[in-house]
Amino acid sequence: MKIAVCVKQVPDAAIHKRIDPGTKRLDRSGEGSLNQFDTQAVEEALRIKEAHLTRSVEVVLVSLGPAGALDSLRKALAMGADRAVLVSDEAAAGSDLVATSRALAAVLVREGADLVVFGQQSSDSDGAVLWAAVADRLRRPVISQVAELTLADGSVRGKRQTEFGYDVIEAPLPAVVAVSDAINEPRYPSLKGIMGAKKKPQETLSAADLGLDAKALGEQGSGTTVLALGDPPPRGDARKIEDDGSAAQQVVDFLVERKLL
Amino acid sequence: MLGKAASLGGDVAGIVLGSGVKELAAEAGRYGATKVYVADAPELEAPLPQPRVDALAQLVGEQGIDTVLFAASVLASDTAGGLAARLDGGLNWDLVDISVQDGALVGKRPALEDTIYVDVGWTSEPRLALFRPGTFDPVESGGQAEIEELTPAFEDFSTAATMIEQAHEEAEGPSIEDADVIVAGGRGLGGPENFSLVEALAKALGGAVAATRAVVDAGWYPYATQVGQTGKTVSPKLYVACGISGAIQHKVGMQGSGTVIAINKDPNAPIFEFCDLGVVGDLHEIVPKLTELVQQRKAG
Repeated sequence: MKIAVCVKQVPDAAIHKRIDPGTKRLDRSGEGSLNQFDTQAVEEALRIKEAHLTRSVEVVLVSLGPAGALDSLRKALAMGADRAVLVSDEAAAGSDLVATSRALAAVLVREGADLVVFGQQSSDSDGAVLWAAVADRLRRPVISQVAELTLADGSVRGKRQTEFGYDVIEAPLPAVVAVSDAINEPRYPSLKGIMGAKKKPQETLSAADLGLDAKALGEQGSGTTVLALGDPPPRGDARKIEDDGSAAQQVVDFLVERKLL
Repeated sequence: MLGKAASLGGDVAGIVLGSGVKELAAEAGRYGATKVYVADAPELEAPLPQPRVDALAQLVGEQGIDTVLFAASVLASDTAGGLAARLDGGLNWDLVDISVQDGALVGKRPALEDTIYVDVGWTSEPRLALFRPGTFDPVESGGQAEIEELTPAFEDFSTAATMIEQAHEEAEGPSIEDADVIVAGGRGLGGPENFSLVEALAKALGGAVAATRAVVDAGWYPYATQVGQTGKTVSPKLYVACGISGAIQHKVGMQGSGTVIAINKDPNAPIFEFCDLGVVGDLHEIVPKLTELVQQRKAG
């Protein structure tokens, strides 16, 4: 059995994120790290692998990003994933949902995984739709916001978290699943895992390797564009007080002043 | 949403997908749609996205629809994502506004934890957009829509996923979506027993109680009270956040609130960036005192 986990390198959380005013793209020149939400997808894949001791399960990382993104993928290899495939091509820079899903679907078709797993969202673009686009391109069923995942013979069952509570949805394999951030606590890589990660197979593919026209990726292959950057609307005068014992009274005064009490 | 779409010019059609939903179609006319397409099929009964992608793709293709707007939800987001791939149509998400500038549609999207507002556009058709829930207030235009029924064909893979057990909204208690005052509790409460402080203040203010995803996940408070990205979107006149740090996932559910008061012991909590009055201090001391003062004031 093969599980593919789609992961992304994002700017490191410690770095102040900025959008380059020239390209209007997120500045990715600084230190990158593995999208935190994706570590939960990796964790879930590893738990499936560990629960299936009688069958061999291979966990493959699939990503689209700059060449340096392999450094971030290594963290997931250190957690226990078996190998990594990175699509990296100059032509792919600035890919939106339509273009990114095209590239990932091309790798996933090549890999032929039984289960494709995504994390809840990307911390840089706040995107939470990619799995749906990829599933459509792969023509496979999809279950998103999965807070509990169970794999049975030939099918996958997910407890989906929605605005109304929890649904239970089942789909035959091969399928695509996106986990919610309530699903698990990802493990920390062990020292042995970190030492071994570098030696695990890591492959970098270009658009041409996947038989994709460069025009299908990047800005040319995208359906959206960023036009301008602006400041958020002001929220008015926020008052901040420190409690010196009179805070409750000050809140009441504020409520009265605003005619809320 | 229909009202906003109508303000952009051009023909606006509503699309109703489901099973036994024909009566909803007439509603759409009252809010600005001149036409409503209805697909009523058993495949559309469960809230699953992929059959909806099939129906929408067919409709967009047949009718030459150039723009499709969605109010975001778990279901709508997955549907929009699938449709984007099916039709190779650009999808902008998390929008808080849309307008026509120099003849082209421009969406507004907060990014990087809402520190920057980005104007986004589309380079091809159809243009797809997901809006933050509760972005637009409904505008009743009182019109009547022409109703057209669709008979979608479904792909095998689109109907492969099945709903085994569907969640139902709990109907007990006042809905937080309709409340004028909400007092919400987060992890800073320290434990489920301290929700009594929040409940007492809510009672004194005549409001409802809400919770963050973290405490709902931890089992401290019921799911129906969850505000945020995977929960409810609320817009009360007054929102009092107790022990809530203000993660972006929570913010998107309550930023439409009139006045926001935050009580948190961490002076660097992000919630202080988007409240009207921030109180840095121990909520376990402040909230009971506040409850008492509110009660006194109301009694006196």
